[in-house]
Amino acid sequence: MAGLAASFGSGAMSNSMDDVSQKADAFFVIGSNTTEQHPVFGTMLRRAVRFRGAKLIVADPRRIDLCDFATLHLRQKPGTDIALLNGLMYIILDKGWEAKDFIAERTENFDEFKATIMEYPPTRVSEITGVPVNQLYEAAELMAASKPMAVIWAMGITQHISGVRNVMTLANLQMLLGNMGMPGGGVNPLRGQNNVQGACDMGGLPNVFPAYQPVTSPEAIEKFSKAWGLDYGLSTADRVSPSTVHRLSSTVGMTATEIIPGVLEGKTRALYILGEDPVMSDPDTNHVRECLEKVDFLVLQEIFPSETAVYADVLLPGVSFAEKTGTFTNTERRVQMVHKAIEPLGEAKPDWWITAELAKRILQTSEVLDAPFAGWDYTDTSAIMDEINALTPSYGGITHARIESGERLQWPCPTGEHPGTPILHVNKFARGLGKFMPIDDVPPAEEPNDDYPMVMSTGRVLYHWHGGQMTRRSKGLMEVYGEALIEVNPEDSQKLGLNGQNRVRVTSRRGSIEARAWITDRVPPGMVYANFHFPEASANELTQAVLDPVSKIPEYKVTAVKVELVS
Amino acid sequence: MTVNITLNGKKIEAQPGQTILDVAKENDYRIPTLCYHKDLSPTGNCRMCVVEVKGNRFLQAACVTQVWDEMEIETDSQKTITSRKLSLEQMLANHSPNCATCDVSGECDLQDLAYEYQVDAPEWGTKGTRYKVDSDPNPFIRVDFNKCILCRRCVLACAEVQVRDVWGVAQRGFEEIIVAGANTTMLEAHCESCGQCVAYCPTGALSNKLSYGQGIARARQVTKVTTTCSYCGVGCQFDLLVKHKKVIGVVSNPDAPVNGMALCVKGRYGYDYIHHPDRLKKPRVRRYLLEKKDKRLKGNAWDWIETDWDTALDITAGKLREARDTHGPDSVGVLTSAKCLNEENYLMNKLARQVIGTNNIDHCARL
Repeated sequence: MAGLAASFGSGAMSNSMDDVSQKADAFFVIGSNTTEQHPVFGTMLRRAVRFRGAKLIVADPRRIDLCDFATLHLRQKPGTDIALLNGLMYIILDKGWEAKDFIAERTENFDEFKATIMEYPPTRVSEITGVPVNQLYEAAELMAASKPMAVIWAMGITQHISGVRNVMTLANLQMLLGNMGMPGGGVNPLRGQNNVQGACDMGGLPNVFPAYQPVTSPEAIEKFSKAWGLDYGLSTADRVSPSTVHRLSSTVGMTATEIIPGVLEGKTRALYILGEDPVMSDPDTNHVRECLEKVDFLVLQEIFPSETAVYADVLLPGVSFAEKTGTFTNTERRVQMVHKAIEPLGEAKPDWWITAELAKRILQTSEVLDAPFAGWDYTDTSAIMDEINALTPSYGGITHARIESGERLQWPCPTGEHPGTPILHVNKFARGLGKFMPIDDVPPAEEPNDDYPMVMSTGRVLYHWHGGQMTRRSKGLMEVYGEALIEVNPEDSQKLGLNGQNRVRVTSRRGSIEARAWITDRVPPGMVYANFHFPEASANELTQAVLDPVSKIPEYKVTAVKVELVS
Repeated sequence: MTVNITLNGKKIEAQPGQTILDVAKENDYRIPTLCYHKDLSPTGNCRMCVVEVKGNRFLQAACVTQVWDEMEIETDSQKTITSRKLSLEQMLANHSPNCATCDVSGECDLQDLAYEYQVDAPEWGTKGTRYKVDSDPNPFIRVDFNKCILCRRCVLACAEVQVRDVWGVAQRGFEEIIVAGANTTMLEAHCESCGQCVAYCPTGALSNKLSYGQGIARARQVTKVTTTCSYCGVGCQFDLLVKHKKVIGVVSNPDAPVNGMALCVKGRYGYDYIHHPDRLKKPRVRRYLLEKKDKRLKGNAWDWIETDWDTALDITAGKLREARDTHGPDSVGVLTSAKCLNEENYLMNKLARQVIGTNNIDHCARL
């Protein structure tokens, strides 16, 4: 998201799934296993290819299911995306296929960018990426000939130390081709969780208030201080109790991948975790366990006793989506209702109620001033949405009542009359001109060597979800996919002496897991693929907490490992 | 250019390329359909939508016949009604007669039409079951071809909605049957268990195994609640089926903005975690907190004790305030949740910033 924010001024998916799947002349899917991770959108792509004749270029080290529908599959080595994309842009520039008018009218910094690209001729790129030169030409030609083309990606692009630069490189590509601000084009990062977009929009990030208002901005601090009854430099006369009224912090906070390791550095003393399972989902599980064991106090609000619950001091029972009413925001910025179908089980409570109760009990009346939104007495989530409307410009006009009446709203939707915004950056980028970023190739942090000769990539499978707390408790899903499987290429499996029934041990510098091997050409020789759905063999025992310097995202997609037969 | 037709005696202007069924719908004439579904290619094989076209020797299937200029159509002549009854009788002759024990009774298109036209299974029909009941090992989809009327909606749903081509048609005549792949199991035929075929099946031939026997189609017992899926970011909507305060199933809601009828295996069939016995139903605190002892003490200090909300909330609030006041606001870390509501995430952001005074708030967007 940081990457798109720098290039365009807004970090969200620019288009809608509907216009992308119906209007694109071609799709470029890179680092997204769409049919398994966003299955219903995956089927929209398949329909477009089969019934509309849309072209599909897949760039992925794995032969994912979508490759069966692809016009062209580029099988780059893990962690070489920038080189691949720069190489494609070299050919486009070399042949004069770039969108000259678009570049002149709507972008800046083109010359500097072009100078960098010129260092990526096809032969060099082929050497770095392993993609044959003729395929590079074929792909560039398809891209140039297909107007508009939509670029679609997910964690395969972002979960690298170069994640932000990968994203900026894709933004460069779409500006070069002039595919921004129109139906069927755009930059389309697919958000993983049901409400990861909403959690970001609502200020669940260390650097921004809701709607990406920076925590370092004096205007934003004044706005939220006034709303929440805090002190932002009031005169002494205005202060009820000058010594105790809170101030907002204007320092950017720590990310999840810093907060937890912060325990061992003495920075983090207490943790309040809502519906997350860092033991399963964070890199380097052993290190996470050590941190959680050492923290002074951990309160976990959950629906299940997760792997993280082992380390909790207090467990507060929240509820599933079937037991509460409110909104989720999907990957295309569409805000939709969630409706309560059943009462909370047992004594469990809706999560918003629990958070509000905690706030009321922590906050002393002397710590806040009288202000419109200082208090925590909410009758329901629609009352919370009223407060969101008042403080979150892009959600200004998104009320429960409007959604209930059948309106289909995608933010930005600043007022009650605004119809919402299905496509961003039409005629003008959020930041004015789109900015070309000169980006150089960055090798992965951990490259294979003699001790750890293979590369492991991680991800999810169709039948499971993230740390598996939900799907491992679903009977049918476990029947179809009941244990962790490690994907191993037939060539490697022969070298290892696998027969299709064996278990393998995969070891990195940080840990070791054992699981049954699935011999398949989905992975190329030299690469294995593991998931993190099962605690007995979670890939995150092996991954490392090496982060992108800007977004602090861990490099899940490249870990050096050795693979052995378990006899 | 328009074409002028006469529909049940009324002069109507239609567009070239429109089918009789399209024009009839636009003008509020109902023609009964069974194999037809607006999302799928029309095949004209069930013969329920037959209409009489002046000058034609045979009845025409309205779903596949395009209008032409000066076409004269009767949608409910005696001839069409007799023909529909005969078609229904032939379908019922090959259809398991046990509506009372059928899972989809109440939401069965065949049952509705048989009732509308007052047709029963004929005396000369098939006796007993021709095929194995629950014949496929797929854990989500229950297959009973004794109820299949060979309408091919499942074949088309798999080919045109899911684009997976699991289902096909084998044999001819009386032996004609729907098969997965080259007559193998669904999963072996690369089925993704999305259940689109179940959603489009007009009878009980394909039904939901997880909720089988719970009467998901019996409207008096079940309420439907439209909501948004809790798995990925696509944001599919569907209806949760609730009976006796329990979620017993998920069905497609055709009005869903993003996905229409389509869902994936997790969305349609991954709901049973909601009532899993592991669900936390009471607040728990470690014993040391109640006894105000040291956390690291050996013995039973680390046991879970179930407690009431006030106790758990007061202990938690006290500990978070203590950390804030002793070590500073930045000693507290808050992880909010990409699985929770916008409203809940907003409150977590407010709690971290207003109540604690820290920007140490994040969630799993990066993971």
